[in-house]
Amino acid sequence: MSTVSLKMAVQSLLRTRGGVHPPECKDTAAMPIQTIPTPTRLYLPLKQHIGASAKPDVVPLQLIRKGQILAHSQGSVSAHVHAPCSGHIADIVEHPAPHPSGLPMPTLEIENDGRDDMDEMPVAKHPHMLEPEDIVARVQAAGIVGLGGATFPSAVKMNLGQRKIVDTLVINGCECEPYLTCDDRLMQERPAAIADGIRIMAQALNIVGVPDVIIAIENNTPAAIAAMREATAGWRHVEVAPVPTQYPMGAEKQLVRFLTGREVPATKLLADVGVLVQNVGTAYAVHQALRDGLPLTHRIITVAGDAVERPGNYEVPIGMRVSDVLAHCGLRVDPARVVMGGPMMGNALSNPNAPVVKGTSGILALSADELKSAAERPCIRCAACVDACPMGLLPVTMATLLKSDKLDEAMGIGLSDCISCAACSYACPSNIPLVHYFNFGKGEFVARREAKRKDEEIRRLIEEHRTRVATVEREKAEAAAKRKAAMEKQKAEKEAA
Amino acid sequence: MLASAPHTSGPRSVGFIMAMVMLALVPGTLLGIQQFGWPALNLLVLTAVIALITEAACLIISGKPVRIAVMDGSAVLTAWLLALSLPPWAPWWIGVVGAVFAIAIGKHLFGGLGQNVFNPAMLARTVLLISFPVEMTSWISPQPLFSAHAPGFMHSLAITAGLNHHLDALSSASLLGHVKTTMSIDGHAPLPAIIAGSFHPLASFMGTTAGSLGETSALLFIAGGLFLIYLRIISWHIPAAMLAAVGLLAWGTHMADPLHFAPPLFHLLNGGLMLGAFFIATDPVTSPVSNKGKLIFGAGCGVIVFIIRQWGGYPEGVAFAVLLMNAATPLIDHYIRPRIFGRTLSGDPLAVAKKGSE
Repeated sequence: MSTVSLKMAVQSLLRTRGGVHPPECKDTAAMPIQTIPTPTRLYLPLKQHIGASAKPDVVPLQLIRKGQILAHSQGSVSAHVHAPCSGHIADIVEHPAPHPSGLPMPTLEIENDGRDDMDEMPVAKHPHMLEPEDIVARVQAAGIVGLGGATFPSAVKMNLGQRKIVDTLVINGCECEPYLTCDDRLMQERPAAIADGIRIMAQALNIVGVPDVIIAIENNTPAAIAAMREATAGWRHVEVAPVPTQYPMGAEKQLVRFLTGREVPATKLLADVGVLVQNVGTAYAVHQALRDGLPLTHRIITVAGDAVERPGNYEVPIGMRVSDVLAHCGLRVDPARVVMGGPMMGNALSNPNAPVVKGTSGILALSADELKSAAERPCIRCAACVDACPMGLLPVTMATLLKSDKLDEAMGIGLSDCISCAACSYACPSNIPLVHYFNFGKGEFVARREAKRKDEEIRRLIEEHRTRVATVEREKAEAAAKRKAAMEKQKAEKEAA
Repeated sequence: MLASAPHTSGPRSVGFIMAMVMLALVPGTLLGIQQFGWPALNLLVLTAVIALITEAACLIISGKPVRIAVMDGSAVLTAWLLALSLPPWAPWWIGVVGAVFAIAIGKHLFGGLGQNVFNPAMLARTVLLISFPVEMTSWISPQPLFSAHAPGFMHSLAITAGLNHHLDALSSASLLGHVKTTMSIDGHAPLPAIIAGSFHPLASFMGTTAGSLGETSALLFIAGGLFLIYLRIISWHIPAAMLAAVGLLAWGTHMADPLHFAPPLFHLLNGGLMLGAFFIATDPVTSPVSNKGKLIFGAGCGVIVFIIRQWGGYPEGVAFAVLLMNAATPLIDHYIRPRIFGRTLSGDPLAVAKKGSE
């Protein structure tokens, strides 16, 4: 055993909890990234990120140029939406969103004129030497969000570096979801661009000094590890760290704990322990924006699953419908389920017209065989879920409590800490949809809290109203009394006179 | 149709888990059958068949799907564990009453698979022991298949049918029973002498001693248990804690007073301890879910086993120990929980380290 893997084994033992090892299904790792031509229509949801929707700057029939900002970010946590092609705005419509419900949301419908008339963003001569605030501003202007799937606006995250002391930048190249290989291919094919993006992001954190950079890559992707090592060879402060192949290794908190030993306290951010995590895809997007003046309008996705005729990694315009992507890649059979994202945390799409968005890492057209769905059986308390949970929770107990509607008790023993990674559901021999219960429970908790808050707000308003009415009444009465007194006084004076 | 993540599932199923546990029981069981002959096999098969019939009947009565539940093997496993804890030449009705009680009362009365508080096999064994003490303590010395005194197959049917009343010639106390009885007679020989005369560690280890099927070969049940640990179907916590508790208590007391306390090896290799530690206490339904809870549960089982063996009225106490700790399982699960990531043991968020302060 080499020293590196021995170190990894010890780190695993001391610093990781739980986890599962689903079959990797990563045949597409050997397939080079191909480009899918932009279709005639694109559908750009105004909200493709965590936070507030962007506000459209355009009106129907307005001509647009590729790279133009179509919708501006609103509020402190939000991101711009740019045009992936030139043409005109066909309409602003409610279009099915890539969400399990398939409910429509406000979307810009774009007609592509195929000319690709381009608006490039201004580019600095040496982006990696800019002031940190300048880099953050440019990242924001490019509409970049976390491309690992969480879609947190990158500029907002990088701004944390100005407010908290961040000494370590972790670049997440752990593609722990089965099937997905888009990050792996990106690292294999464009390592220099990623490395440049990393350098720029590290400069953005250079407040009290350059942070240490750890590029974490799972050890089942040796080609990516080698490529990134070569691209960053000789760089100070940069280390490429192979990590064990395990799900959910790419979960931020777990990854940081493994790499640095720092455990982010519940309810706190990673920045509170001095770490920022960015995805390799995000680093690539930062490079494209600051080096080439290209805003985030395209991304690389993995198209896979048994039902796909030509699986592989494809660079697609954001806003392309999933049905168009699958039409390009071909379907061998009717898929039993179409999933956006990986099989562990991805969303089943009820409507294939939903578009690829910034956070889309893959499209899976799965056959019935791959789903391995089986009838739910009684829980035998085998604790496979307890062993699988990376957060140290007791899924078996939480599910029992939720089934009997003891939501507060479930929250009390850790439901709020659940990261919905679905390792418990995967491990369960009785096929109990544990994570489904937990997602429901968390949603229900927020809904109830919101309802309670509204209740209290209404009560407060009623109380205020009552006090106001009472005050007015009292003032009226006082005034009347005063008037009466004055009148009587006058009367008395008159009579006296 | 809406479907929630994950869109795949692991390779394990309830049926697979039950099948692997049964596979792990095969070597020890086979040796037991070889030692005690056809009557032991008759009893095992009869108990399993009755358990399956009872399971199906209970499922039909409670309106649950029958086929999938009968096929998962849980009823057969319960019957198997019960049969391993019975005297191998016990009459047929012992197996029948035990199987019906284990499945109908021990399992389905609580709500079926996964709902029972007590280990159904041990519950049934305890009921049998209390109700039919004579039949449940009539042990025979091993009569290996095809050996001179071993009953033929037809004869074995008579034994299982309870028609053979001339077993006295072959009867023999289990070692734990022998030592307990001898020690209770006034003016008995010193303990080391009793043990020296009857306890042969190798025989106990390999399984050529009197007792139930499951009390014979420590070696084969350890092997089966290690196989299950290797497959991660059971975790090491319960067996390790239970064996360590018995071993340490025996060692400590034996060091202090060798005239009244047997050596650790005597406790570890005799009786149903290995079967209990690896196959019975580890029943997931009735044991705690957290690893720390499992350690406490296992240690508790071990302590109770030792107390019953040493000071109790019965020579062996695995079944009682497991049942008592089963009753404590909800309490253990309530108070013993793993530390949540990012929180202290008591559930408060960890303090923020100095690094990265605002």
